[in-house]
Amino acid sequence: MSAVQQNVQTVDWHSDAIKARRKSRYAAETRLKAYGLIAIVFALGFLTILIGSLTVKGYKAFEQTVVSVEIDLATSGFDRDKLMDANWKSLVKKALLEVGGAESLKKKEQKAYLDMFTDNAAYLVRDQVIADPARLSGKSSFVIPLSDPFDQLAKGEISRDTPEDQRRVNDRQIAAFDQLVAKGVVSKPFNWGLIFNADSRFPELAGLAGAISGSFWSIVVCFAISFPVGIAAAIYLEEFAPKNRWTDLIEININNLAAVPSVVFGLLGLAVFLGWFGLPRSAPLVGGLVLALMTLPTLIIVTRVSLKSVPSSIREAALGIGASKHEAIFHHILPLAMPTVMTGTIISLARALGETAPLLLIGMNAFMTSTAHGVFDASTALPTQIYIWSDSPERGFVSRTSAAILVLLAFLVLMNGIAIFLRQRFERRW
Amino acid sequence: MNMMAETTTEAKQVQPMSEPSFKMLGRNVSVHYGAKQALFNVNLAVRQNTVTALIGPSGCGKSTFLRCLNRMNDTIDNCRVSGEITLDGQDIYDAAIDVVELRARVGMVFQKPNPFPKSIYENVAYGPRIHGLARSRADLDQIVETSLQKAGLWSEVKDRLNEPGTGLSGGQQQRLCIARAVAVSPEVILMDEPCSALDPIATARVEELIHELRSNFTIVIVTHSMQQAARVSQRTAMFHLGNLVEENDTDKIFTNPDEQRTQDYIMGRFG
Ligand SMILES: Nc1ncnc2c1ncn2[C@@H]1O[C@H](COP(=O)(O)OP(=O)(O)OP(=O)(O)O)[C@@H](O)[C@H]1O
Ligand SMILES: [Mg+2]
Repeated sequence: MSAVQQNVQTVDWHSDAIKARRKSRYAAETRLKAYGLIAIVFALGFLTILIGSLTVKGYKAFEQTVVSVEIDLATSGFDRDKLMDANWKSLVKKALLEVGGAESLKKKEQKAYLDMFTDNAAYLVRDQVIADPARLSGKSSFVIPLSDPFDQLAKGEISRDTPEDQRRVNDRQIAAFDQLVAKGVVSKPFNWGLIFNADSRFPELAGLAGAISGSFWSIVVCFAISFPVGIAAAIYLEEFAPKNRWTDLIEININNLAAVPSVVFGLLGLAVFLGWFGLPRSAPLVGGLVLALMTLPTLIIVTRVSLKSVPSSIREAALGIGASKHEAIFHHILPLAMPTVMTGTIISLARALGETAPLLLIGMNAFMTSTAHGVFDASTALPTQIYIWSDSPERGFVSRTSAAILVLLAFLVLMNGIAIFLRQRFERRW
Repeated sequence: MNMMAETTTEAKQVQPMSEPSFKMLGRNVSVHYGAKQALFNVNLAVRQNTVTALIGPSGCGKSTFLRCLNRMNDTIDNCRVSGEITLDGQDIYDAAIDVVELRARVGMVFQKPNPFPKSIYENVAYGPRIHGLARSRADLDQIVETSLQKAGLWSEVKDRLNEPGTGLSGGQQQRLCIARAVAVSPEVILMDEPCSALDPIATARVEELIHELRSNFTIVIVTHSMQQAARVSQRTAMFHLGNLVEENDTDKIFTNPDEQRTQDYIMGRFG
C-alpha cells in the first residue's frame, strides 16, 4: 500500500516550471495560427497580383474603338439574289471616305486614310446585309472597327508624343482620326467580338469564339469518355477486382500514369489517333481523346478514394437485407461517393481545359477563322489560342492575350462554381 | 418455461441432427482470417422461433460465427469459412445457393445503427422494393407501416416518414434498422450487439421488441450483457477463444452450467 502511495506523484500546478511550460504551449499555438495566416495572405496576394496584372493588361481588349458609318444601300443597285458577288469593296470604300470627308484626297492619301479602318470592313458590311436583307431598301448605319493602330491610339497605347517616324500612325492620319472623333462617329463599346468572333489576322476582329467552341467540344468528348470509363474502372477495381499481384500492378500503373507529363499524352495521341486511326488533325475529337487519356488516371484515383470513404456500414446494411452487389453500389455507395466524384471530375476537366501541350502536338493550334460546329471541325482551344496570340507581333494581341486568359479563368471559375453547386445539391438529397 | 425443461436433456449432447425444429445448423464450422484461425470446429444449432444468445469474452468469435450465418463474411477479402451451415437443411455455402436470397431470408441488425442516409420511409421500403415484395404503392406503404409497428417505432415517426433516417436518435435508428430487416420478412434475424450503443430505456424497448419478434422470427443475438442474454433468450451459447464452450437452455447456463469456464465468465471472473 505504502509503496503505491509513494509512487503517486503530487503535482504543483502553480509552480513556475509548469507555468512556463503552459506559456510555451500557448505560444506554439499562436505561432501555428500566424503561419497559417501568413500562408493564406501569401496565396491571396499572389492571386491578386495575377488577376490584377491580367486585368490591367487585358481590360482594354474588352473595348473596341469603332466608327459608325451611314451607308445608303437603296442607291447601290445590288441584286438581292447575288449579294455575295456584289461590289461591296467600292461601296464601303466610298462610304468610309465620305464619313471623313476624304473623297477629294489623292489616291495615296486616300489609302493612308483608309488604313484607319479594318481591312475587312467590306465583308463585315456584306455579312450584316446578308443577315438582314431589309437594310437593302434604305439608309442604315454600320459599325466598322478601327484598325489596330488606331484602336491603340484611341486607347492611349500609342502616344502622340512619340516622334512621328517611330509610331505606326502618322500625323495626317491622327488629324483625320481627330476629325472623326470631333464628328462624333467614334465610340468605344464593349467588345462582344472578343467572345463572338472567330480568330482573325486582324487584332480588331480577332475573337475567341473558335477557341471556345474548340475547347467546348474537346471537353465534351473528354467528359463523355473519361467520366463513364473512369467510374467503371474505379468501381471494378474497388468493388470487384480480387486483390492480387495483377491488380496491384494495375493500381501502380494508374498511379504512375497520373503523374505522366501531359506532353507525353499528346505524343501518344499523335501516334495513335492521328497515325494509326487516321483521325483528322486539329479536331476537337482528337483533343478530347487525348485529354480523356490524361484525366482518366486522376479520375479513377479520385473515384476509388471516394468509394473507399463511404462507410462500410452502409455497404453491409445494403448487403444485409439482400441487395446484390450491383444494387449496393448503384443505390447506396455510388450516390454517397458522387459529390466527391463530381468535384474530382470537374476539377480534372478544369485542368484539361487549361492543358496546352498535348493540344499543340495534335495540331489544335490551327489558324481557323470559323467556329467549330462539331467534334470533327478543325479548331483551336482556349489555351492554344492564348499561346498563338501571345506569339503574335501586333500590339492589339498583347491585351487580347491577357483578356483571353481572363476569359479562360472565368470559365474555370464557372466550372468550379458548377462543381460546388452540384455537390451541394447532391448533399441536400440525403 | 416448460418447453425449456423438456429440451434440457437432449441439449446436452451437443449436436442433435436434423431435428425439424432446428432452423439453422452449423457443423464443424471453422473460419480463418488469412492465416489466423478465428473459429475452431463449431457445432451449433439454432432453433425455430427461439432467441439464441451468443456470449463470450471479446474477440472469441461471436460476430464471426454470426456473420457466417448469412454469409456476410463473403465481403471480407481474406476470410475463409469451412464446415457446413444449413438453413432448413440446405447448405448455405453450396454453389447453388443464391446469396441474395439467403440474406433476404436471414436478415441482420448490426452493432452500430446504420440507417441509409435516406428518408425513414425509404430505409424501410428499400428491401421490399428490391425484392419486389410490394405490388403497389399502397402495398409498400402497408409493409412500411407494419414493419415500423413491429419495430415499435411507428408512433414516433409516422408524421415524419420523409425525414432522413439519420436524423433519428441512436435508439430510434437501431429500431429503424430492425424495421428495415423485418420489412423483407426474413425467417431468421441476426443481431450483433444491437443495444451496445443504446441507453437503458432504448435497450429495454429493443429487448421487448425481440420478445415480440420471437413469435414470427428465429433470432440469434450477440450480447455482452449477461442480464440481457438472460432476459431475452431461451438458448445460450458460450464461446471462448474461437471454440464453442457449451450451448444450452439459458436457465441452465445461468444457474448451473456444465463448464467451469462458463461459470467463471458469467460470474465476471474473466472476459
Ligand atoms: N476482418 C477481420 N480480419 C482479420 N481478423 C479478424 C477480422 N474480424 C475479426 N477478426 C479476428 O477474429 C477474432 C474473432 O473476432 P470477432 O469479431 O468474431 O470477435 P467477437 O467475439 O465478436 O468480439 P467482440 O465481442 O469484441 O465483438 C478476433 O481475434 C479478431 O481479431
Ligand atoms: Mg463482435
